[in-house]
Amino acid sequence: MSTETSTEVRRVAVPGPARTAGSDLVRPVYRGTGRRSRRRSVPLRFSVPLLLIAVWWLGSATGWFSAQVLPGPPKVWSAFTELLQTGQLADYTLVSLQRAAAGVALGVAVGLVFGVLSGLTALGEELIDATMQINRAIPFLALVPLFIAWFGIDEKFKVLLIAVATVAPMYAYTYLGVRNVDRKLLEAARSFGLRGARLVFGTVLPTALPSLLMALRICLSISITGLIAAEQVGTREGIGYLVSLAQEYNRTDYMVLCVVLYAVLGLLFDAAVRVLERFAMPWRAGVAAR
Amino acid sequence: MTATDSLLAVSLSGVRKSFGDKTVLDRVDLEIRRGEFVVLLGPSGTGKTTLLRLLLGQERPDDGEILVPRQRTVVYQEPRLVPSKRALSNVVLGQPRTRQVTEDGRRALDEVDLADKHRAWPATLSGGEAQRVALARALVREPELLLLDEPFAALDALTRLRMQDLVGELVARHRPAVLLVTHDVDEAVRLADRVLVLRDGRFTRDLGIDLPRPRDRTDPATLRHRTTLLAELGVRSNPSEESHVRHD
Repeated sequence: MSTETSTEVRRVAVPGPARTAGSDLVRPVYRGTGRRSRRRSVPLRFSVPLLLIAVWWLGSATGWFSAQVLPGPPKVWSAFTELLQTGQLADYTLVSLQRAAAGVALGVAVGLVFGVLSGLTALGEELIDATMQINRAIPFLALVPLFIAWFGIDEKFKVLLIAVATVAPMYAYTYLGVRNVDRKLLEAARSFGLRGARLVFGTVLPTALPSLLMALRICLSISITGLIAAEQVGTREGIGYLVSLAQEYNRTDYMVLCVVLYAVLGLLFDAAVRVLERFAMPWRAGVAAR
Repeated sequence: MTATDSLLAVSLSGVRKSFGDKTVLDRVDLEIRRGEFVVLLGPSGTGKTTLLRLLLGQERPDDGEILVPRQRTVVYQEPRLVPSKRALSNVVLGQPRTRQVTEDGRRALDEVDLADKHRAWPATLSGGEAQRVALARALVREPELLLLDEPFAALDALTRLRMQDLVGELVARHRPAVLLVTHDVDEAVRLADRVLVLRDGRFTRDLGIDLPRPRDRTDPATLRHRTTLLAELGVRSNPSEESHVRHD
């Protein structure tokens, strides 16, 4: 069986005497369709989410989904406008964003420093890596009761919980990014006298930037998870509080609204980092396979 | 062989390619016969590699017609070996792993003097060895058209000379049509049946080199071709250097 395949392959491969004219020349086959037009790419990108919303809408309008189980888009929209008019939505979002920002800033800073130290020096790796792997292995949600016992139920606990949740992915991606910096490039930079902070900020971090920005995107989405966990207790504000409120009063329209809000928030975070990606790395523009 | 020699392996007519507002190929016509060794010479950034990529189908022409054989292979400037595959697996890359294919792969490695390295990881090979594996990978498929994109440029001077001879020998044995892209005039004169000079998007010179092989770089006929090509590329050859070589 296998030998048959092989002879067939060889028959194609070996130029045989049967070829009498240049007519067996072919036009090269091009991979892909060349440049994709934005006019087609953008609608395609949005088509599947829009389809899902359409199914949701249609299903609830025809009574296919019971309103108690899944309220339709109009009900969720009216819950949204209601919260918007009372001003609660803006207040909640702002408070949550502040908590997330503080937590992410702390987690990212610590993860970044540890990641660079661990990625760049053998001593750093020995001292830091095992501990960070332990940290990564612990689900941060398991720390909630302990953190409440240690730090109380106010802001400190919330910010620290988000910080702990984000430090592990930031560390892991920074470590990976720094390790992936071309050793030869580091050797060259060192031979020209670059040391310490100048080496890190001038060469290592810019080269590792794609990984770092990827880490930032992940940290931001984890921070939403952290918010929901942290805002279940000790607060009367925040989008995490909103979801516990919805649960308390069994308001499915609010529950769905929360889900939509988290999705939108996540997309906004992602878009922000993508914009940053675009402008933070001018040297990556127009990269082609050469 | 003479009967098939007249047949074409490559036919380009009116091929145009530009990047932005820079036209790198301006309505280029080219025919390469079967078994012909063509060297494409030109300064950096003149579209030599673009022409080669067009023949591979890795670039799309803006205009014009390109005809190539079905079976064509390439060796790039860097070996481009899959790091996670051993030398032999790299050689037979993309082919069903039958006994026949494995045998062919081993023979190809033997041809490039790497028979004992068939289980070596690419990272453990030297630059010249890795490039020889890449050459074996290109030859094992018995291509009708072999494309070489400055395959010797990253090698040290001695390895380069050995590789040039090896390519010359293997091409003489397998008889594919060859398009070698380079900016090394000596390399061109050493290997080519025909040298094309590409400047400003057009072929400014089509020079047949009908000298016996292996060629002696100090032979007056070789030197004449060398001087002609250097002049075409805008390099004035140094007369004292020339005479020095001649008396060497």
